[in-house]
Order: sequence, then structure tokens, then C-alpha cells
Amino acid sequence: MPRPGFVLDVDKSTPPILFHHGEGFRLEKLPAGRSRVIYPGEPLDALDDVEAEIQDALLNPLEMDPLPSLLKPGMKLTIAFDDISLPLPPMKRPDIRQRVIEQVLDMAAAAGVDDVHLIAALALHRRMTESELREAVGDRVYDAFAPSGALYNHDAEDPDNLAFLGTTKHGEEVEINKRAAESDLLVYVNINIVSMDGGHKSTATGLASYRSIKHHHNVHTMQHSKSFMDRHNSELHHSNWRMGAVIKDAGVKVFQIETTINTDTFGQDGPMSVLAKREWEWTTRDRVSFIGMQQGLKRLSGSTRRKIFQNHRAPYGVTSVTAGAIEPVHDRTLQHCFDQHIVEVEGQTDILTMGLPYICPYNVNSVMNPILVMCLGLGYFFNMYRGKPLVREGGVLIMTHPTPWEFHPVHHPSYIDFFEQVLADSTDPKVIEEKWEKQFAEDEWYRHLYRTSYAYHGVHPFYMWYWGSHALQHLGRVIIVGGDDRAVKRLGFKSASTLQDALEMAEDVVGPDATITHYKNPPLVMADVK
Amino acid sequence: MAERKGLEKVASLYQDAYRKVPRPADLVRRASFPYGPPTTPLTVEPKPEDPKLGAHYDTDWARRMPTRYGRYLLTEGVLRPIIAGLAQPERRGLDRLADLEGPAIFAANHHSHLDAGLLITSLPEPHRHQVFAAAAADYFFDNRVKATASALFLNAIPIERTKVGRRSADQAAELLDSGWSMVIFPEGGRSPDGWGQPFRGGAAYLAIRCGVPIVPVHMAGTGRILPKGKNKPKPQRTVVTFGKPILPAEGERSQALNDRLEKAVAAVADEATTDWYTARRRAAAGETPSLGAPTEGAWRKAWALSAQRKRPRSTGKPWPDLG
Repeated sequence: MPRPGFVLDVDKSTPPILFHHGEGFRLEKLPAGRSRVIYPGEPLDALDDVEAEIQDALLNPLEMDPLPSLLKPGMKLTIAFDDISLPLPPMKRPDIRQRVIEQVLDMAAAAGVDDVHLIAALALHRRMTESELREAVGDRVYDAFAPSGALYNHDAEDPDNLAFLGTTKHGEEVEINKRAAESDLLVYVNINIVSMDGGHKSTATGLASYRSIKHHHNVHTMQHSKSFMDRHNSELHHSNWRMGAVIKDAGVKVFQIETTINTDTFGQDGPMSVLAKREWEWTTRDRVSFIGMQQGLKRLSGSTRRKIFQNHRAPYGVTSVTAGAIEPVHDRTLQHCFDQHIVEVEGQTDILTMGLPYICPYNVNSVMNPILVMCLGLGYFFNMYRGKPLVREGGVLIMTHPTPWEFHPVHHPSYIDFFEQVLADSTDPKVIEEKWEKQFAEDEWYRHLYRTSYAYHGVHPFYMWYWGSHALQHLGRVIIVGGDDRAVKRLGFKSASTLQDALEMAEDVVGPDATITHYKNPPLVMADVK
Repeated sequence: MAERKGLEKVASLYQDAYRKVPRPADLVRRASFPYGPPTTPLTVEPKPEDPKLGAHYDTDWARRMPTRYGRYLLTEGVLRPIIAGLAQPERRGLDRLADLEGPAIFAANHHSHLDAGLLITSLPEPHRHQVFAAAAADYFFDNRVKATASALFLNAIPIERTKVGRRSADQAAELLDSGWSMVIFPEGGRSPDGWGQPFRGGAAYLAIRCGVPIVPVHMAGTGRILPKGKNKPKPQRTVVTFGKPILPAEGERSQALNDRLEKAVAAVADEATTDWYTARRRAAAGETPSLGAPTEGAWRKAWALSAQRKRPRSTGKPWPDLG
């Protein structure tokens, strides 16, 4: 029986706590008597027979007819699936998307459907390479559809392959992939790693164009999403739900298949399993693994370290597969997510600490540049709450990460210019949005790289910055421990070399004897703050 | 004389220096986390034991043929010479086992970690290489190294001491039924003070359940070689005395058989410290000394215990060299 997550009050007997630090780790002693640590729950039990669960979900969907009855000869079937940003880190083969897609295609084959397209729903993310697509959908599917051009990446800038479906009552334009919009049936295969994913957002964002996405990926929406991990209090989701209604009214029939996975990120055996254990339960073997890993990593070059970590594949267990109409499916999926992630936390804190790992949704097989460090800390981790933010208004956020001034030139070309040019001018999201966004979003060179190379869209670094705008508005100070001084300064944050220094610096903002909460992630955890 | 003083000085300096050099185990214990072990926060329940260790440790591998050959070599080539060197055992009463056929339970008093090794190496064939030991799950199987060593050297199986475990009893019964003899210490742990502790009923229960005889055994002297709380063994002579096998009577309850066993071991102990005839007479009169401490009070217990030892006369110097 997996143990649930819990909040540990730090006392004198509490050993140093593991903080992720990019492609490395730190052990930090937190002050006793005024600190607490939010520990994630242990991975929930995985489904015993995933194949049978998938079949059951497809044959008994929620508020829709069974999938086989929706499949007819001569119909246009499109299967869209989540892109490389999910899950994190990528899962061990076979990927759950592959398992689901294979069963959907089996049923389509039995029904005699010939016109099938498979689309990676990547919105404004970079295109997936062949090996990445193979990893997601499996070799059998790739070899059957990619050579004939029926398996491909969505292109949010292809005017010939986008369909305008209408406008919401809030004036939001809805434009999605033409093939998906014109299909008799759109099957969406998702992985809900956190509660932000899935629902109408799958289609309304994943298959949309820049023209459509800009209506909810903006500073106003993000500052009014408290948090964007809590659908009912998220303006981001409200907007996507409104767009979902337009898509539905336009006659697009979506058969949604949502899956959830547990938090078995580092495995139960092997040297990395220590990273998911509670420190006082580290055995001699765990300590030897940790020390060996730590010492080994210190002696390796940055690129070798990155290669090692990026090659890690998580042995996640699948905890649910639900299919049918988007809304009932998503409600059930959210419950599965919360069962795994939610930990109840009593009250806010003055100082929130977090150790940032090597990966975020936008640097799979890539470099975690300083903008992504900001996005992971202030965007994703800060927003992993329900109720109230973990840290009080005007409080301090302390993150540990090396934050190197380093960018992937193929994946993140517009990030380089954003960092050099835009952040040098201002770090205020509103100023940035007003003054710079259009120029980057409509830049022909970035557009060309997004469409033909493997680059994120020109506007993407802006969205990363907006992702943290709620936190920027809420916090009194952000401090990065162990980061590159110049890069941290460019982000507009303070730099500290040790956690103790950072805590002293935080006192200037929140006063002495401030309360501290450490948010321990990964494995994933979400705070339900009372 | 002056030369001798110089040597003593050198020896004393060496001893001082030796004392100051920390032992690796101390270094690990003193080192801070992660080099040393972590401490558990006060508000947290310690994690339950690893289900692959303790009473759940699987010892089947230790009874497969390659391991049995390996254990044969270890028992004869390593364990027996070590025991011979440390314990110089004198084995008595082996003739009582001449008619013993099939598996049996060898139940002995328990003073030291040496007991299992001494008892197993003292068993006659075929029992010596067809025997398993019941070992405390919480002590001998709490980590992989100890668990592997216990299973390999002693063919030990884990037995729950703190609770009644069906798993342990079932496993032991299964092995007895399939022809393995068993070595068990019914006191459940080493003696803390040199005196015996009350017997627990596991051996008697298994004897009744499987219909096998129990052989009472007394071992004298191991408590002086490596008593509880010491790490460094001091070689001493030991005496292992086997009693007459006890068969459970029809319809006998395990408590009654356990009482008989305890008395039988006490009688064998009496025989080892006095002589056979005296012991028999005392047994007949119901005057066999109990294995437990006869009186209360720490010094009186120790005093009475010392009276049982047959101390050799000191052969050292009768008078210090005053120079």
C-alpha cells in the first residue's frame, strides 16, 4: 500500500534534505522549528492489465458510443496525440500513447477505415524528430503511416492547413488544424501528468494556431489563473473550455482518451531510486549510490551529465485510462491526478524553497536555459497548488539550479534573442508583452525555423515568461542558489551561493525567524493549501 | 631492567596511539549524512522493515545443491577450525544419539553468537550437513549482508521473536517434514547475564506438529568466549553435552513438552557441571538446579554463577616484578 504524501515539520533530528540542482543535487539542512517539507506520496499501484483497461475504456466510453460503433468505412479519422513535452521525464517503452493508438487502429482496421492521419499536437512547441515520434507511437505505427505522410507534426503556421471555426463570446478566435477539424472523428490520445493537462486544452491548444493560442497564453490570463493547475480557478482553462464549446458547435466530434501515470519517476531499484526516497530511510546502499552519483557527476563535463540525465526513461505505471466525451472523461482523470499528487498543507509560508531538476516540458533532449529555469520554478512549481499559493504574498522564493547561460541553438533560437535583447530591456511581463511580443511572434525567420527545423515558435520564450507572471506579481523576492551570477541577474533575480546565504537575504524581505516550506519535487506533488 | 622499561614505554605509546586511531565503523557512525546514516525526524514513524528482509527473507537458495556443497566446504574447512581454535570443545553424550533416526530438533541454551556454529559443528552425521538453524529475524536478517551470511553458513531461516509468525512456523515445519534437522535456542536470545532465560514454546510446538524428537543440549563456556555485548572473542574451553532425545507423548500439549525440555536441558547442564550420577540423583529428587538465576540481586547472581566455573589455577606470575 503506497504511503500518501505528507508535511514534515523539521526538527533537530531531521537529516539534510535532498534538493535537485539541475543535473546534480544538494543536501541542505533546513532550520529546525520553523521549517517544513512537503513530501510527495509514493507511486500509486499501476493497473495490472493495461491492455485490457484500454480496451474496456474504448468499448465503454463515458457519454459517447463505443469507439467501434463510431468507425465506418470511408470515414476520415484523425488521431492526435500529446507531443514530447509529456511525460517528464519520458517514459520507458512502450509509451502509453503507443498502446492506446495501436488499439484504436486495430478497431479502425476492423471497421475498414482507410483514411487515417496521426498528428503530434505540439501547438507552438518544436517538431518531434523521427526517433521521438517512434518513441511515442511505436515503430509499428510509425512505419505504417509516416512513409506515406499520414503521421506528422501539427503546424500552427500553415495557413493552408488551418481551419477557422469561430469566435467565443469573449472574442477569442478559434483556429485549429484543418485535417482534425474536417475529420468525421477526432480521437485525442493524452497523458495527464499533472492536472493542467487534458480536457478541452488538448484540442483547443494542442492543435491550434498562434492566432488562437495568443488569446489565453498572455499575461492577463496567467495572472488570473490561481492556479493553472486548478482548472476551476484557472482563466487559462476557462478560455480553453470556451474554445472547446466553439469547436464542438462547429461539428468537430472528439473522442477523448485520457491516461494518468503514477510518480514512479526514478524506479524502485537502481542507483536513481534514492532520489524518490525520504532521507531518513536511505539505506547504506542508497547512500553509497548517492555519493557515487554525486562524485561521478562532479567529474563529468556538462554535456556528458546532460546526456546521462536526458537518456533516463521513467518506469511509470499507468493508473487510469478513460475515454469518451471530453468533460466527463477529464473530471475522472483529474480525480486520478489528485489522488496521486495532492498533499494537504496548513497555511502559507514566508519563504518557499525548491530544488529544480534537469528537465521541464520544453527541454526534453535539449538544454535547460535560464528562461526555462524561471518557467519551471515560477511557472510550474509555484503553481502546483490548490486554494492559495504555498508562499504568502510578498514572500520569498528560493530555488536551487546552476542556471547556466546556455541555449540550444536549434531548439531555442528565439530564446537567445529574448534573453539578450528583451530581458536586458525589461523583466516586467506586461511591458514585454506590449513592447516585444508581436515582433518575435511574426518574425519570418523564427517562423521558418519553427515550420521546417526543430525550433520552438518565436513567441515561445514570451509564453515561458508569462507562465511565471502570477508568481512575479505575488512574490517579494526570488533568489537562485548556485546559479550563474550573470544569468540570474539578467532574469531579475538575486543570486546566492549557499542556501544559508539565501535565507539571510530573504530575511531582508520577510524579517527574521521567517517560516520556511520546502516543496520537494520530483516526484510530482501538489499542495492543497488550507 | 632499563631495557625492559624502555620496551614497556614503547608498548604503552603504541597502545595509546592505537587507541587514538579511529576504527572505520566509528568513522562511519560519526560522519555526517550522507556519509553517515541519517537520523529520523521525531515526528515520523520509522519505515516498516524491508519486506524482502527480516521474516520475509527467502532462504530457499541456501538449500539448493550448489550452496549445500559450498556450505559443506565452509563448515568443514572454515567453521570447524575456527570453532576448534576458539572453543576447544569437548563433546559429550553423542552416544545418546546413536539410535536417532530421521530429523530431530536440537534445542540448546544460548549464551553467545558462537553457539550456533559450535552446536552445528558438534552434531553427528547425518545431521551436521542436513540441518537448519532458527535465527532471530530482527537480528540476523535485518540487512542483506547478515541475512546472506546467516543463510549460507548456518542454513538459517528467519524466526520472529517479537510476535507469533505463522510464516516462520510453517517454513520450519515444512523443512522438518522434508527431512531436515533443526537447531534452535528456545530462550529466544542470548543470555544477558550468563544465566538461562525461560524457554519459549516454539521447539515443543514444532516437535508435536511434525512428530519429531527433541534433543536437549547444553553448552557451557561460550558465554565466556563471546558474551552478549562483546565483539572480541577470548578463546576458552567449552563443553557440549547432548541429552537423551525426548519424544512428544500422545496428546501432549506443547506447554507440557516445553516444561519437560527445559528440565531436560537443566539436567544436562547439571551433568556438565557436576557428574552424571550426581545429576541423575538430583533429577530423581526433583532438585536439579534451574537454568535461571537462583537469587535476585546483581552481585548475588554473578557470585553464584562464578561458583559454577571450574577455573584453572592461575599459571601467571604469583608476584609482580618490583624491579
